[in-house]
Amino acid sequence: MNSKSIIERLPYDKPFLFVDEIHEVSEERIHGSFTFREDLDFYHGHFKELPVTPGVILIECCAQIGLVCLAIFIMEDSISNTTMALSSSEMEFYQAVKPGERVEVVSRKLYFRFGKLKCEVKMYNADKNLVCKGQIAGMLKPVSDG
Amino acid sequence: MENSPRYDDLLKIIQPYLPEDITPNQVGPKSHFVEELNINSAHLVDIVLDVEDKYDIVLENEDMDQMQTVDQAIELIQKKLAAK
Repeated sequence: MNSKSIIERLPYDKPFLFVDEIHEVSEERIHGSFTFREDLDFYHGHFKELPVTPGVILIECCAQIGLVCLAIFIMEDSISNTTMALSSSEMEFYQAVKPGERVEVVSRKLYFRFGKLKCEVKMYNADKNLVCKGQIAGMLKPVSDG
Repeated sequence: MENSPRYDDLLKIIQPYLPEDITPNQVGPKSHFVEELNINSAHLVDIVLDVEDKYDIVLENEDMDQMQTVDQAIELIQKKLAAK
């Protein structure tokens, strides 16, 4: 499965899609990137007069690339009637991400069992400096019809 | 059953995943993990993984469906240990 077909299967869309491209993916590991465009709405309020990407959005970006895209790759076709809910995150932050910055996310699978995917994720900025790192986990949930 | 070492061991495994409003003495053999103890599905997986490590057994997806209460978990562990 290639980058485009993984992203097409994501259950997100603008303004809440935080994946541009998947560069590398295997059963164990995924590497993707996203550019935080300057016109994203939350910059108007976070913070007043000082636009910085919110930490929760960085976690979301890590989760979309590191958990959901990886789960889509691993599950392939059997994922069609499921979605993934974030179940835990333990992150540490090192650098701020300013409007217009491109980030890369690298995620390594710790385990994927009984529908729970747990990964160790790291986000880097364009200078290859660590933005944040930690462990996040998600649970596959069946989507009800209608 | 309540005094058997296995029950105590399981209680120790469950304890870190109990929500703050549930105290360990509210846990009994008939306690339902999700409905009574308010353990979420992700933590139920953690409990299963800890049980596997503790007893050196492997549980399958079907096993997970059958382990909804403390008693059922103990029964399942005993069955898996016996089959080893």
